[in-house]
Amino acid sequence: MGKFEVNLKINDLPVTIEEGTTILDAAQKLNFRIPTLCHHPDLCVAGNCRVCVVEQTGAKTLPAACATPVAEGMEIFTNSAKVRQARKHVVELLLSEHKSECTSCYKNGKCELQELAIEYRISEDTFLKLVEEKGYTIDDLSPAIIKDDSKCIRCQRCVRTCTQIQSISALAVINKGDEQKIATFLDKPMHSVVCTNCGQCVSHCPTGALVEKNYIDQVWDVINDPNLHVVVQTAPAVRIGLGEELELSPGDRVTGKMVAALRRLGFNSVLDTDFSADLTIMEEGTELLTRLKKALVDKDESVKLPMTTSCSPGWIKFIEHKYPEYLDNVSTCKSPQQMFGALAKTFYAEKKGLKAEKVVSVSIMPCTAKKYEADRPEMRDSGYKDVDYVLTTRELAAMVRQAGMDFSALENENYDSIMGKSTGAAVIFGSTGGVMEAALRTAYEIVTGREVPFENLNIMPVRGLKGVKEAKVKIENVKPEWGFLEGVELSCAIAHGLANAKILMDKVKAGEADYHFIEIMACPGGCLGGGGQPMPVSDKIRQKRMDAIYQEDESLEFRKSHENAEVQAIYKEFLGEPLGHKSHELLHTTYKKRKKY
Amino acid sequence: MDAKKLNKVDLIFDQEGCNALEVLDKALECTPDDIINDMIDSGLKGRGGAGFPTGLKWKFTRAEDDPVKYVICNADEGEPGTFKDREILDKVPAKVFTGMAIAAHAIGAKKGFIYVRAEYRFMRKTLQKQVDEFNQILKDKGHDFHIELRWGSGAYVCGEESALFESMEGKRGEPRNKPPYPTKNGYLNKPTVINNVETLVYATMIFRMGPSEFNKLGTADSCGSKVFSVSGDTNNPGIYELEMGLHVNDFVDEFGDGDTKAVQIGGAAGFCVPRKNFNNLVIGFEGIPTGGSMMLFNSTRSMYNVLHDYLEFFTEESCGNCTPCRVGCQQLLKGIEAVKSGGKSPSYLDDLKSLAKTMRTSSKCGLGQSVANPFISIIDNFKEEIIY
Amino acid sequence: MTDVKELIQGKIKTFGNNRTALMPILQAIVEDKNHLDEEDMIEVADALDISTADVYGTATFYTFLDTIPRGKYVIRVCKTISCHMAGKDEIFDTLKDVLKIKEGETTPDKKFTLLIANCMGWCHKGPVMLVNDDIYTELTKEKVIDIINEYQEK
Repeated sequence: MGKFEVNLKINDLPVTIEEGTTILDAAQKLNFRIPTLCHHPDLCVAGNCRVCVVEQTGAKTLPAACATPVAEGMEIFTNSAKVRQARKHVVELLLSEHKSECTSCYKNGKCELQELAIEYRISEDTFLKLVEEKGYTIDDLSPAIIKDDSKCIRCQRCVRTCTQIQSISALAVINKGDEQKIATFLDKPMHSVVCTNCGQCVSHCPTGALVEKNYIDQVWDVINDPNLHVVVQTAPAVRIGLGEELELSPGDRVTGKMVAALRRLGFNSVLDTDFSADLTIMEEGTELLTRLKKALVDKDESVKLPMTTSCSPGWIKFIEHKYPEYLDNVSTCKSPQQMFGALAKTFYAEKKGLKAEKVVSVSIMPCTAKKYEADRPEMRDSGYKDVDYVLTTRELAAMVRQAGMDFSALENENYDSIMGKSTGAAVIFGSTGGVMEAALRTAYEIVTGREVPFENLNIMPVRGLKGVKEAKVKIENVKPEWGFLEGVELSCAIAHGLANAKILMDKVKAGEADYHFIEIMACPGGCLGGGGQPMPVSDKIRQKRMDAIYQEDESLEFRKSHENAEVQAIYKEFLGEPLGHKSHELLHTTYKKRKKY
Repeated sequence: MDAKKLNKVDLIFDQEGCNALEVLDKALECTPDDIINDMIDSGLKGRGGAGFPTGLKWKFTRAEDDPVKYVICNADEGEPGTFKDREILDKVPAKVFTGMAIAAHAIGAKKGFIYVRAEYRFMRKTLQKQVDEFNQILKDKGHDFHIELRWGSGAYVCGEESALFESMEGKRGEPRNKPPYPTKNGYLNKPTVINNVETLVYATMIFRMGPSEFNKLGTADSCGSKVFSVSGDTNNPGIYELEMGLHVNDFVDEFGDGDTKAVQIGGAAGFCVPRKNFNNLVIGFEGIPTGGSMMLFNSTRSMYNVLHDYLEFFTEESCGNCTPCRVGCQQLLKGIEAVKSGGKSPSYLDDLKSLAKTMRTSSKCGLGQSVANPFISIIDNFKEEIIY
Repeated sequence: MTDVKELIQGKIKTFGNNRTALMPILQAIVEDKNHLDEEDMIEVADALDISTADVYGTATFYTFLDTIPRGKYVIRVCKTISCHMAGKDEIFDTLKDVLKIKEGETTPDKKFTLLIANCMGWCHKGPVMLVNDDIYTELTKEKVIDIINEYQEK
């Protein structure tokens, strides 16, 4: 259906645009930049910061460009004297209730308010400072996220993120007037409320009010300690995100440069979470097939289907809080990060002749929830904390900058061995649908002896940014030992972003779904859009990162997890077989019910 | 200017001359278009303060093609100095309900709500009983319209229509972005007519007396009469219905205590008129508009204290959503404190006035936009009382 | 005190199992026990399937929906301009003296809480105060003492 179009003028230039769009959209079409703070392409309109006000001929007030729909014949001016004065005032007001300690602020140089202050040449003392008298405290009790109300500008991007993208609403606006602020239930610390640590609030915060808890100094310390052997693992989505934080563009693949940089930072061994992602497929694929057998052949009613993935710690905490009755449906596999960690201090240490207590394991993750995951008491199966420090993509970039490297000029280098090899199936873990696709590539081949029936192994139905995806794969001409799966149509579903996870889980709960296998990632786009990835983020940027992930997959020699030579070797030398005794000990875990509210 | 002399009128509280239920019977026989045309012809503008033509509001809502529409009576009277809606609901509730039923008939609504501020909860039992009785009458007449009561919980900003909808929807009473307007997206996003208590009574009266009789009163811009809440330094505080369009001077002659130095017209969000302007300003939409609050100050009063009270009020009652209002109110308040104490020089008042103008143009809703009214009018006229 | 669960379900019956029931529910709980505590807000969130932070955020927006314990009788003295001009300071001081508490405090016997509030719509009859839902106008020092005595005996 054709949409109505509206004609208007912006700064005397005519523009035609769809009805229902905003003045901001129309200005963007003409390449006029209107500053924004509360506006975010991921979120619904708020119109509360008022920094995007524009002048409209005939109107007494200055409408907010982000919140005002275009209308026929409108005449808009985006840079009149009135507009500039109003914007300057708005920025000055925000600064007056903002703790301006820019030089020591974690977001220094990355703060949207700071950028506007520079743009409008704000002098700090136009209005009285209000922040001192408010008595704000900093909540740094969570292992993942720090909330500092004194830096908050009340744009409510975090609130809308937590509600719309994640369906959690751990953060809300409380009080009114001069006491209005963003808080949790009863203003409790973040770690004690229903928060998944996903960090989407962090990656949508324009200032330093919500940031990840950083472990940069701790990691420098262990690197600099000659008595320690520091191994680092890099998650799939870091290699397609890191460049953005280091002056490259969204979608630039920097795997080789990243490895080189990590080596120069002084890590003793640069290894890959992708190795343990392949391992995860072996374990999780086998678990799925085992569950299917128990359910379909043995009619064992204690076996729960659909089975869901367990790689995303935000998702795990979500289901522990919100759908604890489905915890038995979650794969018992640890996430690739934690599998790696458990092996680093056992298998790896053994092979390298190191004492486990001298091995420090660091992971680079696109995620803030991974910091929490590493801290879980269950994650000490090696006898030590399996993963000692978790850095986000952003923190790694900060270290690279601190080290004075010209990142874009680095020559590509390869991962170390052992636990450095991976396949394309592991790389795509970084995208929504990737775990599903990787699992299907391997499981289908185990069962039938043939490759998945999709062109060039690309299982297109599970890919893309659609919130909830479904796919069915018919299993035919199976190997004799998998006879019970002959003719079975494997029913799969994928959700990313916890609001979509909720949709999917409610469907399961209502008995409206016949899925066998569900992949859920807490963040929109999957890990490539994780709470620890570079900012800004939008679907446009997520799509570019996603394209890069699939390019990386196609560029690799091996694209199926079971083809990973190091994975084959570790089963032969150490683990035995998938779901074997050793696997259970090191690679699997349990979950616990948490309070719903 | 064809200003009117002070003329006390008795339409709103008149009990004998108007049987609300007879008016209702008559109205229900008319077509919606006739009702709306009468309302437009009467020239009635909203009596809550904003002054949007009531007939047009009804017309726009009627034009919306939606089977579900609402009529809401805004009884969240919270403007300091205003207390007439309470009195109206107390004395002539049937006229309010009738106005709602007429509006409902005109726009095609089956459900109406009265949103009353929490401070008036002492009326709860009586009002509920009266609503129930009225609903029964409507039911008996076979008229498909039903009124329910909703209560506020102490938030001035909920008098702003879209904030009121949010509150009724169980949310924080934060005003919405506009457009869209309530006539299209009101309560639960449905087309909604929302009128002030007094406006609805005038709707009832216009229907009884005819639009031409009504607009014989008042001026071209300000038709009819209006209920004023008179308080402050006056010997006769209370509620008075006066013909619209009178001079401030005539008002002060009637209600002043002989020493009036300023009148605050329109409540905390209104304008301060100093003695020197009493003669040349008219109370009405062509001059100083008001939702009815008329507060008089004599020469013993400090206008610094008056302004300080207002700013403290706005600082607390701002919803906090938009920057200009949330932070601007605090800056104006702290700002005059600093000037008064000598911490800031008198020229800082110019910076604050400029800020107030930004609040007027850039705030999201009428609350933030109107803080500049008292601020600028008091600073301009009583600067010497503000500075150190 | 009514069981909060029952109370919530009663309101849901009247107003529907959706968010429009939130204000009536919160109002009813406050009417019943003069404030909302943590468990109450959890019950409400559970019943309406909204987050506790949302319930808390909504409640704290409204002056009358207290989220900290209040006395049996909540006294709100109007501080806005006309009551100010009419002498609310003396009224407030009298209350502080009689009740021996400061603004925002509750008497040790949990009987009275003393608050200051914005305009209550009685500007022609100031100073005024609310005691729970009941309004008292044209207050004098003597009148206030009498009123408190009456409530003391209730």
